[in-house]
Amino acid sequence: MHSETQINSHELNNSPVLQRSPDKKSSPRALTLAASAGLLFLHLPMWIIFLYAFTTEQKSYQFPPPGLTLQWFAKAWAREDVWRALELSLQVALLSTLIAMVLGTLAAMALSRSRFFGRDVFSMLLVLPIALPGIITGLALRASYGTFDIPFSFWTIVIGHATFCIVVVYNNAVARLRRSSVNLLEASMDLGATNFQTFRYVVLPNLGTALLAGGMLAFALSFDEVIVTTFTAGQQTTLPIWMYQELIRPRDRPVTNVVAMVVVLITTLPILGAYYLTKDADSADGTGK
Amino acid sequence: MNSAALTLSEPNRSSLSAWVYLHPRSVLLLLLIPPLLWLGVVYLGSLFNLLAYSVFGLDEFTGQITHELSLNNFIELTRAANLDVILRTTLMALMVTLGCVIIAFPIAYYMARYTKGKVRALFYLGIMLPLWSSYLVRVYAWKLILAKEGIIGWLAQTLHLDWLLQGILSLPVIGGPSLSFSPIGTFVVFVYIWLPFMILPIQAAIERIPRSFFEASMDLGASSWQTFRTVTLPLAIPGIAAGSIFTFSLTLGDYIIPGIIGNSTMYMGQVVYLQQGTAGNVPFAAAFSLVPIVVIGVYLALAKRMGAFDAL
Repeated sequence: MHSETQINSHELNNSPVLQRSPDKKSSPRALTLAASAGLLFLHLPMWIIFLYAFTTEQKSYQFPPPGLTLQWFAKAWAREDVWRALELSLQVALLSTLIAMVLGTLAAMALSRSRFFGRDVFSMLLVLPIALPGIITGLALRASYGTFDIPFSFWTIVIGHATFCIVVVYNNAVARLRRSSVNLLEASMDLGATNFQTFRYVVLPNLGTALLAGGMLAFALSFDEVIVTTFTAGQQTTLPIWMYQELIRPRDRPVTNVVAMVVVLITTLPILGAYYLTKDADSADGTGK
Repeated sequence: MNSAALTLSEPNRSSLSAWVYLHPRSVLLLLLIPPLLWLGVVYLGSLFNLLAYSVFGLDEFTGQITHELSLNNFIELTRAANLDVILRTTLMALMVTLGCVIIAFPIAYYMARYTKGKVRALFYLGIMLPLWSSYLVRVYAWKLILAKEGIIGWLAQTLHLDWLLQGILSLPVIGGPSLSFSPIGTFVVFVYIWLPFMILPIQAAIERIPRSFFEASMDLGASSWQTFRTVTLPLAIPGIAAGSIFTFSLTLGDYIIPGIIGNSTMYMGQVVYLQQGTAGNVPFAAAFSLVPIVVIGVYLALAKRMGAFDAL
């Protein structure tokens, strides 16, 4: 049965039928056009942000920009409030990512190979924080802080972020664990390694890049999260909240443009990193947000 | 933890290791406890707390939350103004989902059937980047584009299509003074922001269709259109349904996008946000936030019937 399917697919690959099939030829022009247009639609707006960071116009969103300048970068650099917001955002993202990495890995190890009562409920619980609109998570946490008289602090933000970051790490870790062979573990045990040695020398190196990738995505997600944060931050200002306030009541458009560009760069790098870490092992992972 | 375990003396180490081996259930429990405590107690506890708030009330004179059970908040929900908000948001979520499907399908189809190697990697990255990053910045970008003096306005002027733009903006209900202050603008930005969530599941569904299906269909004399309609589309439906869960649910709860791009008509997320913030009425906000959950629940039940979860 097994060899049969193999032969079949082998034959298919070399069959003249497939070479004549449309897949091997160029795609229909209308389809190529629609696909490229869609991809452009997805990306052009991001590049426009970069253009506006250099415009000399500061009162309106005039296009094309009347002139280009670098002065807003210096101006943004000198802004204390932007630096403080950036610092808070980085701290929150780092700590939330760390918590999510620990909890997500534990959850992945528990769920990847064993079946137990309530397993499906637990895996649904993991996804719930990002499947439900952020406003519900945010309001629920806020209501609970109120109930237990917990004052808003750095930690109240971190709790919210870590909650929706767990599933990101979990998704990456569980996909890798499912793909790695049980034989490896058995071989390690047969050769006399203890459970801990097996974990340290077999499981962890195998899991490492997947964890790192999950962590990077979690970082990017946390760094620009705004919906849950507005409910859990109180008077504190993370970088996205700073931007949100500027969007509602624009005071300093040029500086906002520069900050927007910086946010794009800071979140793009870890996503690129995560992609390159996982592309060989499991190209489609980390996509199940 | 591992290095400590490794440096333990030999008998200790092996007995601990043996214990781990002999008690898989206990190990499972130890692994489960931390994430279970976090999600089960902190998160789920908060959700139930929210549920509890929805049956509390607000003292009209002191503005304090009264802990007496009542269904007043839910009766309040059925007022015409609130029903209006619920209906408008649900309609917007449906339109956005439809818009996403139309734009996402060609991209997903092209990606699944005509790309490989480097080009496919480029497509993946092109979809992953906007999926994971810069939600707020991407909304802001549209403020720049849709503003009266922005790119769209400039394009319309340069191409002498001003009359078209003005015509669209003067439409009743969906028009407005400029694109960034009209429901059309809100719709476009919603579609733009949630589009990646629709592309990936459709792409995965199409990729799973064996190539022999297409060949069989062609061999049996079907035209490209017939193949698409009777083979590709039915098999892609689970992917569409899976993607639509995201686009639908995310649109229902969002309060940022309609607040930045759009006229002053309210969407569910905004009402919840304003009720808990400016009005300080957390109980009513809690009751209102249950509406998206119910709507999503109904939607999920429908999606499940269509086989959406097979593609997850």
